Amino acid sequence: MLAAIGAQSIDELFDEIPASLRLSQLDAIPAALSEMEVGQLMGRRAQQDGQPVCFIGAGAYDHHIPAAVWQITTRGEYYTAYTPYQAEASQGTLQLLYEYQSMMVALTGMDVSNASLYDGASALAEAVLMAVRANRKSKSKRILMPKTVHPAYRRVVRNIVHNQEVELVELPYDPSGGHTDPSVLEAYAGEDIAALVIPQPNFFGVLEEVDALTDWAHANGALAIGVVNPLALSLLTPPGEWGEKGADICCGEGQPLGAPLSSGGPYFGFLCCKQSHVRQMPGRIIGRTEDLDGRVGYTLTLQAREQHIRRSKATSNICTNQGLMVTAATIHMALLGSEGLERAAAASYQNTSQLVSQLTAIEGVESLFQRPAFHERVIRLPAEAGSVLRSLAAHSLLGGLDLSRDYPELGDAILVCATEKRTAEEIDAYAQKLQRVIQLQGGVKCGLVPKE
Amino acid sequence: MLIFEQSRAGRQASAQAPLERADVSAIPEQFRRRRSAALPEVSEMQAVRHYTRLSRKNFSIDTQFYPLGSCTMKYNPRACNSLASLPGLLSRHPEAPESHSQGFMACLYDLQEILREVTGMKAVSLSPAAGAQGEFAGVAMIRAYHDARGDHERSEILVPDAAHGTNPATAVMCGYKVREIPTGADGDVDLEALQAVVGPHTAGIMLTNPSTLGVFDRKIEAIAKTVHDAGGLLYYDGANLNAILGKVRPGTMGFDVIHMNLHKTFSTPHGGGGPGAGPVGVSERLVPYLPVPMVAKSGDEYVWLTEEDCPESIGRLTAFAGNAGVLLRAYVYARMLGREGMPRVAEYSTLNANYMLKRLQAAGFDAAYPDRRATHEFIITLKRQAKELGVNTMDFAKRLLDYGFHAPTTYFPLLVPECLLIEPTETEDKETLDGFIQAMSDILAEAQSDPEQVRQAPHTLPVKRLDDVKAARELDLAWTPETT
Amino acid sequence: MSKIPNELKYAKSHEWVRDEGDGTVVVGITDHAQELLGDLVFVELPEVGDTVDAGNECAVVESVKAASDVYSPVSGEVVAVNESLADTPETVNEDAFGEGWLFKVRLSAGTELDDLLDDEAYAEVIESEEH
Repeated sequence: MLAAIGAQSIDELFDEIPASLRLSQLDAIPAALSEMEVGQLMGRRAQQDGQPVCFIGAGAYDHHIPAAVWQITTRGEYYTAYTPYQAEASQGTLQLLYEYQSMMVALTGMDVSNASLYDGASALAEAVLMAVRANRKSKSKRILMPKTVHPAYRRVVRNIVHNQEVELVELPYDPSGGHTDPSVLEAYAGEDIAALVIPQPNFFGVLEEVDALTDWAHANGALAIGVVNPLALSLLTPPGEWGEKGADICCGEGQPLGAPLSSGGPYFGFLCCKQSHVRQMPGRIIGRTEDLDGRVGYTLTLQAREQHIRRSKATSNICTNQGLMVTAATIHMALLGSEGLERAAAASYQNTSQLVSQLTAIEGVESLFQRPAFHERVIRLPAEAGSVLRSLAAHSLLGGLDLSRDYPELGDAILVCATEKRTAEEIDAYAQKLQRVIQLQGGVKCGLVPKE
Repeated sequence: MLIFEQSRAGRQASAQAPLERADVSAIPEQFRRRRSAALPEVSEMQAVRHYTRLSRKNFSIDTQFYPLGSCTMKYNPRACNSLASLPGLLSRHPEAPESHSQGFMACLYDLQEILREVTGMKAVSLSPAAGAQGEFAGVAMIRAYHDARGDHERSEILVPDAAHGTNPATAVMCGYKVREIPTGADGDVDLEALQAVVGPHTAGIMLTNPSTLGVFDRKIEAIAKTVHDAGGLLYYDGANLNAILGKVRPGTMGFDVIHMNLHKTFSTPHGGGGPGAGPVGVSERLVPYLPVPMVAKSGDEYVWLTEEDCPESIGRLTAFAGNAGVLLRAYVYARMLGREGMPRVAEYSTLNANYMLKRLQAAGFDAAYPDRRATHEFIITLKRQAKELGVNTMDFAKRLLDYGFHAPTTYFPLLVPECLLIEPTETEDKETLDGFIQAMSDILAEAQSDPEQVRQAPHTLPVKRLDDVKAARELDLAWTPETT
Repeated sequence: MSKIPNELKYAKSHEWVRDEGDGTVVVGITDHAQELLGDLVFVELPEVGDTVDAGNECAVVESVKAASDVYSPVSGEVVAVNESLADTPETVNEDAFGEGWLFKVRLSAGTELDDLLDDEAYAEVIESEEH
């Protein structure tokens, strides 16, 4: 090959690089391992972390994924293809993405869906930027952001949009209901607001008054952005039907649809909207069309919105989506259907209700927020939350998320979740362990006396 | 046929869990959906067969040579997938405590260190979810740096005209104006033009080196000095890191911040368009601004660095720790490659590219930069063929599909008319490269003898050329029950 | 080469202007511009009542592979837009100088038209761009 090139050595091929820049050592990088050796290393590390029983949700949920989902998803034809630029050689991925878009439209009640974004939090940031562009009536870049939106999502939104002068106004939550009381919006009536963000269920698992909130947004010239859990949507009113006119944009975390927990990623963000806003939507979009012979085919469309054509005027800098995660989600939704999703959602709801009733039977443990909720709830402990959770973890049980960092006003509160995968035995074990841990930590004055 | 069109009311897949439907009547009716979502109702076998069949309509690295320029479509070792999918790793909740995360965090920490060493940067954060998000993090850090110094006059990011569209789009997302720098006839940045525009308004410059033109910018040190002297910072777009892995470090070239595309250089799968991972590395002065979370070592323990530990950080860009599963795949790849394997990546990818370039030139194709060495990729221009034969780059690209090769990148970079950007990667053997070159020669001969055959291509794929205009004018973006 | 009517005025950025003689002008993109863009799939127009400034972008024409800003050749207030382009953007391809007009402006300063190119000067612009 060097002879064909007319070079003496491979080194000669780098002769345009100034010698002063060339590197000779990579001392800090370990020597190569064989596949077997790296397998042993990874095996040890995977084992080291154990597999504790998980009662944490908070944006990542431990749901059952049918075996077929990842067996098909990791077929090389999906796993090792790239963005479907050559449509004729990518009809598999393209048709699948069109089916995905269709499923998301069915689930959310919106008109259109893109082919996914990175995750739920960054999808909300994109939704906010999209709303600012799409709301032609509003001259402001003010967004009303309830404090009941996932705290990490609020941080991500701020980090992504603040350089574009978008103003995020935080809305307080009702301390007894744990929801955004529509009456707090009255302070903003008549002001120029680009959009109102509406989580459903919210970070506490509580259901918001989505109809009233959506109608308020529209009455005040603001767009309504729904942030929803796609599994919950199998049971709850879809954003497209909120209030009189429905939400304008909805987004969320796609992880409950076939993505393993995997330390927080890769997941995928979904983004759907009304037809009238489609040209403001960032990310890849697939359209159905015909080929030269009139046969149905699928292709990337509306590409002129995107960075590779529109450059500095693009709707976003995003290039990739989370194609493989969407492949899994599509197969997952096809296998479960609405019946399967509803059952998984209902069982998660029921398990969490059961968990909360058993935990609150323990002296001193109380459930906050007496409003309808989905599959997460906030409970307050009679002992230091962080310390209780550490003790539970030592028993290989992840008891929930400590809320003291983001909601210190709630005291020793934790957010718990029991998906359909949690068994009655696991729920019993949690209640027993929690009772013991609280007694040991002296959280209750008279811990040995059983509650009524 | 769509999965929806195979649906039959009441049909179910046995893989559904749980078997019974729990009572949800305690949720007040006002919150509940009135009608079930119109998702397909199919059996497990129907779904498996449908999506297996669909997969066969795709080209992929596992089935075809995929020389897509600037995308680094190298072979993805299967061990990376299976080891990143070990049960303990796959089931770890992102909020699991450090006590139950030491194995996972050790992998991330090691990967940070490997990337730091191979790029010559001071510190690395793995959290950006993709290349574009890494770019965003990079420019946001440049802005945070200037802002922290009260240097608010710097309102411009310089971008070479050959740059990928994400560069200007990213600069705008960070609140900057974009100023384009022209490229000289030899493919290097026009240094004089740069010197003329750089100044107190310059926040930084975004460069890819080797550039998207497939050449290494020989004046990189002078560019770095020019921008630094004016108080600006240098951003390195890691799209083409494969070309110099283990040979040259962006840190040595003078860059202040870089992003890496692990789905390119570190061989994580492209997955039909993601997920990727876009870690960022920085020089000393940008360390405080790195995005969180990161992993640090405290004694023998690994600990998370979050917003509380890094108050000047640009913060987090995804809810948790980025695309952790992708990072694990890249880690396995890096360990298998090891210190001795890294420079071989650059060497063999450069050898393959230069070999293809010379052979294609001999077969009658024009190099866009004939006087330059190819890096890990190169450009040929079909301007002459388009004019003389009426067969353009897109026609060649589509005809290549008939020959069983994925097309190279077409019509990018925008600077070179009728171009093909070809990147063979280091994992392809000589026989495959020769096969591709033969196909290009055959298509050229066809273009002369039977141009219509090329213009109408592809002929052997599931569909012929698609009507993009109809797709955009008569938007059909979702199937609904009313569609049929 | 595409046609260039001599009764119109032109901007270097490939817009045309037709003086209606009543203080208003009609604006579109030239036949040459639509040829460069290819089949149009979407046209984003300003809103009636918007103020436009000469040399500033005020509309976008989009084909499958490109999106191009349209710069207003004149300053004034938009008094009408070609609503039919919402459903049939291809009209611009078919009749760029006629039915494919984009918007109509009530001029704020009548002198600006003199700064625009005539047909011959515009032909030279096209000529020079092709080299």
